[in-house]
Amino acid sequence: MTPRALFTSLSVLLVGLFCASLLIGPAGLGIGESLTALIAGGDDPLALVMQEIRLPRAILGALIGVSLGLAGAAMQGYLRNPLAEPGLIGVSGSAALGAVLALQTGVAASFALALPLSGLAGAVIGVLLILMLAGPRGSSMTLILAGIAISALAGALTALVLNLSPNPFATSEIVFWMMGSLADRSMSHVWLAGPIMLVGWGMISLTARTLDALTLGEDATSALGLSLTATRLWLVLGVAASVGAATSVAGAIGFVGLVVPHLMRPLVGARPARLLWASALGGASMVLAADIAVRLVLPDRDLKLGVLMALVGAPLFLHLIYKTRREFA
Amino acid sequence: MTLLSLEHMTVTRGARRVIDDVSLTIGAGEFVGLIGPNGAGKTTLMRAALSLLPAKGTCNLRQLKPSERARAVAWLPQQREIAWPVDVETVVALGRIPYLPRGASLRDDDRAAVGHAVSRMGLEAFAGRIATQLSGGEQARVLIARALAQDTPLFMADEPIAGLDPAHQLSTMRAFADLARDGRSVLAALHDLPLAARYCTRLILIDAGRIVADGPPRAVLTEENVAEVFGVRGAFAETGAGVAFQVLEALP
Repeated sequence: MTPRALFTSLSVLLVGLFCASLLIGPAGLGIGESLTALIAGGDDPLALVMQEIRLPRAILGALIGVSLGLAGAAMQGYLRNPLAEPGLIGVSGSAALGAVLALQTGVAASFALALPLSGLAGAVIGVLLILMLAGPRGSSMTLILAGIAISALAGALTALVLNLSPNPFATSEIVFWMMGSLADRSMSHVWLAGPIMLVGWGMISLTARTLDALTLGEDATSALGLSLTATRLWLVLGVAASVGAATSVAGAIGFVGLVVPHLMRPLVGARPARLLWASALGGASMVLAADIAVRLVLPDRDLKLGVLMALVGAPLFLHLIYKTRREFA
Repeated sequence: MTLLSLEHMTVTRGARRVIDDVSLTIGAGEFVGLIGPNGAGKTTLMRAALSLLPAKGTCNLRQLKPSERARAVAWLPQQREIAWPVDVETVVALGRIPYLPRGASLRDDDRAAVGHAVSRMGLEAFAGRIATQLSGGEQARVLIARALAQDTPLFMADEPIAGLDPAHQLSTMRAFADLARDGRSVLAALHDLPLAARYCTRLILIDAGRIVADGPPRAVLTEENVAEVFGVRGAFAETGAGVAFQVLEALP
């Protein structure tokens, strides 16, 4: 498939799923009236459902999907390892810890955006720690090790918060939040997380050329005149911004950053730079599709997006490994 | 014209001097073989010259900005790495990165350079194949073509012919000799003394981070030098197909 054809088909798929996400929901509205209400607005309940519930949900689904797909492709390209995923640098773990602390302390209830803001604060602390630990030279090994250490620490502290949680309600609230969901998010979530994610995407896209060159290894890349140090900085900041913002508003959604680059790699001839935009579009489609599925499969039970994603993602990943195991042999 | 000029280069690792006060210059049209036993400092010397390592002393390449350096010298590392299953042409085209503005696709002269590098290494039949599915020796030739596509006046390679079959060792050495005839220069770390003696215009023999001898192959590969540095007996001898250097036996 030519890059242009791939871009077109992924875009069509994304637009289709975005529209489907707007049109599917428990309110059971007709297509015509939904779209009229979305565009015309007004104060009637229909317009409220469309503009305040479904539109932000669809936009967030697309933004988060792009962030996770892009970050996953960039991490795999940078580490030259198909097992890499955005959570590896510890930012999603520390964002989750920030949000969990907000839920535990009750700060989350104090004002509307307290929860995502605490998540972002956690992400910022995480990224500062990783930049400090990983050292000034552009090696990837120290980055992985620092990321694993920070993830483990954030995980341990999250467990501690749950352990010491004063009442079962707070505990269940935390547990459900951590499963990841796009339900009941508002436009203010979009305005908070959207710009941060956009900046993150911009930073990640700066690494594209170096990711291609890294196919030849770190030494050859430096000798091609590309800076590994600068690339690592843009990568860490870009992944932190996009994934930190995504986790802050939606909780932990796994497998997108791992599986989508695998699905897209054969379609772009395995080129790391092309894989970036392909995974961005593919990630958005995957999150939107999964978010539609949680509304269709068990409409009454509030199935969590992160749970469904893991349920679908893990077998899909197994299948991919099964298919490609000859390459790794 | 001087393509490489090192003055008093010293590289230390801990307290050890891995490269000890090395000075040398390489002009246009030379095919220089860098020879020496394992651990002599061949790789370190070249990486230091390329600014991939911290080093003391002056080097003309180290004074360039990274983007300028990438147009002055191409580097073929010893580690043959192709991380993703991309096709051969894509790998070779990575050598054009120093000439392309960010995000631009290949232009006509880039394509010409890629095509030229592919045919110099005899890879025309492989152009569309997936590089990671080729044999080790074939991958090595793909990576040499990648560095050739960089189209630089100086070409540095770390053991470029290790692991190639005899025919491709010869054709690769001949390709480097052709580059030198075209007015470019090659600096290659080599372990095959007979091939080095036959194709290189000049040999630099290093041991324990110091230059032991520097000059035409017959002047460098003397019986004493070879015995002292490599611990083998070797000599130039008439073979029937011309005079060739031969390694005869290991010395006790």
